Amino acid sequence: MIPDIDIPTYQSTPPPAECIDTEQVVPEFRARALAEGNEPLALVVYGILGALLGVVFTKGEVISWFRIYEMFRFESFHMYGIIGSAVATAALSIWLIRKFNLTTLHGEPIRLSPKDWGMSRVPAARYWMGGITFGFGWALLGACPGPLLALIGGGVSVMIAALVAALGGTWTYALLRDRLPH
Amino acid sequence: MELLLQPWPWYVVGPLIGLVVPALLVFGGKVFGLSANLRHACAALPMPSGRKPRFLLYDWRSMGLWNLTFFVGIAAGGFVGMRLLSDPGASTIVSPATVAALSDLGITSFVGLIPVQFFSWSALATPVGALMVLGGGFLVGFGARWAGGCTSGHAISGLADLQIPSLIAVIGFFIGGLLVTHLLLPALLG
Repeated sequence: MIPDIDIPTYQSTPPPAECIDTEQVVPEFRARALAEGNEPLALVVYGILGALLGVVFTKGEVISWFRIYEMFRFESFHMYGIIGSAVATAALSIWLIRKFNLTTLHGEPIRLSPKDWGMSRVPAARYWMGGITFGFGWALLGACPGPLLALIGGGVSVMIAALVAALGGTWTYALLRDRLPH
Repeated sequence: MELLLQPWPWYVVGPLIGLVVPALLVFGGKVFGLSANLRHACAALPMPSGRKPRFLLYDWRSMGLWNLTFFVGIAAGGFVGMRLLSDPGASTIVSPATVAALSDLGITSFVGLIPVQFFSWSALATPVGALMVLGGGFLVGFGARWAGGCTSGHAISGLADLQIPSLIAVIGFFIGGLLVTHLLLPALLG
């Protein structure tokens, strides 16, 4: 039986809990939001949302190695237009959510958790080093995790090997974590 | 229908991707971040907890099931997008400059979305194919967790919330990607 770790609070997010700490609501509603997310009907909605995103990724050619290569050579506006307009749309949405104090459909007040600056003497060391490492992989593979799944679903079966390698990368990180600067 | 079958322009695709952020927030108070699923999947592997790193010991069902479902949904969307809404024999149209640069690297077929000469099971046996598929996958999995997020978590969610750490991570993504594209790939294939 896998032991549970405590659900972290916003005030002190212990490092091992980062990225599993996905509830963006005020702390006293977190356990509730977490439980509601696991209701069967909610899971169906998440699955459908994911499928819609997969179609958009595919039709936008975000999952194309050629497009990623082209992006890193600055030879087309396509990927920059996508990322830029996605960020602008998301930023405007977040601004509206804050301005009108919107809640979730279940009534939990939404509160976004800020990114942790980390504990290294070099500020944001993990973001520099982890980011560069990820960038190496992104340019080689031509896909980040979402597009990787879309390619597998679309029948590019060799990407299953890439997914296994990505899991191996995550596992290796978990083993080395205490020795890496954060 | 004809429009649906063509590749979609950036100004349709980008806003639709951006809308995922408020959709997840308003539906369930969730953050858009896909690489966390690599951690959830590792945490879900059935093996004795004594053999797992501490980082992977947590209740992945309660914390990650929604995200894993979302992640698997993307694969279903990939099937619909690639198999039902696209012509598999169509070539990816990239800029003429990119076509010229890729032909210098020996890549001349643009059929499908990926260069099949490197992305196939048989190419896994070649050094370059293995580096791209296995090396690339490994670095994506390692780097995303080290940086605390990938393109969705940092470049979309983080930048949209004006998070400086996310901006640094995205700059890092580009430093790494530019080095591979402009130095490593020409050295390997040129």
